[in-house]
Amino acid sequence: MFLRRTLPLLVSAIFGIALILQFFVPHPASKSFYNMMLDWLIIVSAFTYLIAVQSTVELHFTKIKRKVEGWQYSIIVLVSLFVTALLGVLGGAFMPTTLWMKIFHSVKPTDTTPLMYTYLYMQMPMQSTIFSLLAFYMASAAFRSFRARSFDATLLLVTAGIVTLGRVPLGEFIYKGLPDVVEWILKYPNMAAQRGILIGVQLGIIATSIKIILGIERKYLGGGK
Amino acid sequence: MKFINFISNLDKRWIYLILALCIIIPFLFPVGFPMKTTPPVKSIYDFIEDSIPEGGVVLIGADYDPSTMAELHPMAKVIAAHALSNNLRVLFVTLYPQGAGMAQDAIDNVLKEWNKSNPENQKQLGKDITLLAYVPGVSAVVLKMGEDITQTFNEDGYGNKLSELEVMKGIKNYNDINLMVELAGSSVVLTWLIYANGRYGLKMGIGTTAVSAAEYYSYLQSKQAIGMLGGLKGAAEYEHLLDKKNVYGGRKDASIGMDAQSSAHIFFIILIILGNIAYFVKKRKEGK
Repeated sequence: MFLRRTLPLLVSAIFGIALILQFFVPHPASKSFYNMMLDWLIIVSAFTYLIAVQSTVELHFTKIKRKVEGWQYSIIVLVSLFVTALLGVLGGAFMPTTLWMKIFHSVKPTDTTPLMYTYLYMQMPMQSTIFSLLAFYMASAAFRSFRARSFDATLLLVTAGIVTLGRVPLGEFIYKGLPDVVEWILKYPNMAAQRGILIGVQLGIIATSIKIILGIERKYLGGGK
Repeated sequence: MKFINFISNLDKRWIYLILALCIIIPFLFPVGFPMKTTPPVKSIYDFIEDSIPEGGVVLIGADYDPSTMAELHPMAKVIAAHALSNNLRVLFVTLYPQGAGMAQDAIDNVLKEWNKSNPENQKQLGKDITLLAYVPGVSAVVLKMGEDITQTFNEDGYGNKLSELEVMKGIKNYNDINLMVELAGSSVVLTWLIYANGRYGLKMGIGTTAVSAAEYYSYLQSKQAIGMLGGLKGAAEYEHLLDKKNVYGGRKDASIGMDAQSSAHIFFIILIILGNIAYFVKKRKEGK
């Protein structure tokens, strides 16, 4: 209980309060404490990748073991994960490693690494293609669902139409003043609404942070209440 | 009524086919409609052009991946090329592992095109431009850079010690960076605005996807960002501005894509109008 709940709560409270106080203390000791905290944060962040890999491997390994629907895709995920990691470790990220150049004598230091090769010629086209499919779904959804059913929906529809047209040169060709109208919509009605949302979100973040530091909010510890 | 029934029952595969044609045909037969430069784009261009002395530093945040590269990659290339044309130093930084590949590709591309167009003013990796190594930690990295950039990264993305690189000469922290342009389609823009601009006063510009651009107008008005490139159009406007200088012969990806985007947007609007006509006619008929 102490290790799982009390200690994390104490760590959050002590470091939360210390970092708030540090902000207002311009002493060199305070500055060096702040720098140390940033280094710790960076180190801890690096370890989150280990947890991500462990969780991905476990999830897909279980799927393969239980032969759940689509388990074959899990094999592709795991093979891709390990092959990419291996290529990165052996061949280097942006410049070929000495080891890689020793294995393949024809490789020069200026050559594309195998990891970058997989990124440029596999990941880049695949990810771009998947994302570009959105345009097709959006077109179909706009045709079927974007209806002027109420005053609010009509307002949204008209504004969206103006902004959509005004953000391309063809809109400017149809009516020269359209980009200015779009700029006005974004600068005034849009900004007013965005700012309201932003202030609300930031107040929520401050409130949640204070609750975490004081130990009132404990959901991040997991395990129910 | 026959037409209304046809519209109401239109198979979505026809929509997909027409949209595909709307995108492909303009690439084969470009029209090249003239474009007005919007003030948020012009202010970033003008700042790099007029307010940074020779040898100054532009930091470009490549916090995007291939899914949004259509809009953001042309921005990275054109801003880097513009900075090089004014003999400024360019540093790329990324808070995402995927962004490192994007930045690396942008650097390769810009250097190749620049050196091809300007044989008398060759630019070099490590001397004029580089990519800072990826370090995990997002906001911690942004904050640490405000204290000491060399200590945060130690090396550039190519394994060279930052302290030994010519491009890093005289750069300790944000005080030595003249402008940072953050390119991202996610809320990581806010991380830079809150921590780098808010806490350390780093002068910032934003490059984001068209869909996210609306979120950042508050930061333009509060002067936390000096300007913004919104979506493919923002990148195309910047390409047109740089084109007038006639110093860079690289491919104008954003300008090439604008015709396709224009026709796709028009098709979207036609679809919405047709869908609404069919909806109202049917509703009226059902009411009778």
